[in-house]
Amino acid sequence: MIAIIDYGMGNLRSVQKGFERVGHTAVITRESEVIDRASHVVLPGVGAFGDCMANVTRYGLVDPIHRAIQVGKPFLGICVGFQLLFTESEEFGCHKGLGLLPGKVKAIPRTKDTASSYKIPHMGWNTIHIEKPAPPLATIDQESYVYFVHSYFVELGDQDLVSTQTAYGLSFVSSVWKDNIFGTQFHPEKSQAVGLQVLKNFGEWQ
Amino acid sequence: MLTKRIIPCLDVKDGRVVKGVSFVNLRDAGDPVHVAQVYDREGADELCFLDITASHEKRNTILDVVVRTAEQVFMPLTVGGGIRTLEDIRRLLEAGADKVSINTAAVQEPEFVKAAATRFGSQCIVVAIDAKRASECEGDVEGWEVFTHGGRNRTGLDAIRWAQRMMDFGAGEILLTSMDQDGTKDGYDLPLTAAISDAVTIPVIASGGAGTLQHLHEAFTLGKADAVLAASIFHFQTYSIGQAKTFLSEQGIPMRPGTVPVSIG
Repeated sequence: MIAIIDYGMGNLRSVQKGFERVGHTAVITRESEVIDRASHVVLPGVGAFGDCMANVTRYGLVDPIHRAIQVGKPFLGICVGFQLLFTESEEFGCHKGLGLLPGKVKAIPRTKDTASSYKIPHMGWNTIHIEKPAPPLATIDQESYVYFVHSYFVELGDQDLVSTQTAYGLSFVSSVWKDNIFGTQFHPEKSQAVGLQVLKNFGEWQ
Repeated sequence: MLTKRIIPCLDVKDGRVVKGVSFVNLRDAGDPVHVAQVYDREGADELCFLDITASHEKRNTILDVVVRTAEQVFMPLTVGGGIRTLEDIRRLLEAGADKVSINTAAVQEPEFVKAAATRFGSQCIVVAIDAKRASECEGDVEGWEVFTHGGRNRTGLDAIRWAQRMMDFGAGEILLTSMDQDGTKDGYDLPLTAAISDAVTIPVIASGGAGTLQHLHEAFTLGKADAVLAASIFHFQTYSIGQAKTFLSEQGIPMRPGTVPVSIG
């Protein structure tokens, strides 16, 4: 059973329905016992980093998340849920993250060029360049299109974590992989067939 | 490379599609979920539902449509029409919408956009602007003026400055409809679209006037739009999403490939 962590931010139904569509059982929960019992754990999220982290803390979810990762359960962070895995974020002030991976969440730079060619948020379909195929990406074609919506990106503290890169003015890390942790800046639950395949693979990841 | 988006838009009233969608081989062209599935299979980049339900008692019908759609299609869904409170937004997002589009309520209470962006994040707040070319003799606005209530009520607001203000208030995207062009099939208002797109650093969706694939192309090139919204050219199967994408790709517009049309039902 896959536990989708509900900390009061965003649309979790799509993630759950996505897993169900590909034959996995997924529950939406903020109960630590349910997270402890799950075989796989997903941390989704939309909204501001600081608010998300505050809610994760308020609902007592920091320890269950750490436990899930320590015992080696496949763990998926999506969008802000991915960003929360890192050390800190500079979105609306400086906020500490979960600190599970080294890196800093920074604003996509608004250069002069950005104003004309690169709108922010980075919103829409862009390609992923797979550098190191994490198990959930095992059957995904190189340069597949996935759906993004974000104004901040992760500057990694360890380049070995890169699973995929995506170009949008700058080249940024669009997914990371370390041991049992897989995190995506994009939204697999909104990425049609490619995204559903990622969810399917994640659910089958042992 | 980030691709330009094609977004079919359905008018939904009391939970049913209105303003004629005529798909051959579709069992129930009045069911928004069925139509959404067709567009999903053709490779639409997002979907938009505009709820035009008039009666207050039937306002909840859109929530059921959103719930059923989110169970079937896994692509971004924007819902607009009659959104006035944070609770309206919360219920739509919880039902499975990814973005909500705010129009009249933004004009009546600009702070509402700020509150919504703060609470739910800019990424899900689209501000819809209905703009009309200002006539020379009336009003104080030069260029384009913002209208509400489907183009009936003038606001005295300059569309360009209004778009900038909404961006500053936290809107993540502008859905720009030309009231002059809407329904004409003569093409988008390209000067308006380009002016707004140049004035803001958030994505702009062009809407109103699409009749040919060339119109879509112009919206991206001359209009500098990030996405195009279209209804009738897809609903009446004048063109499929796949055909539009192939055409635009060949013209050098970055596009996520579509698929061949698939009938369901």
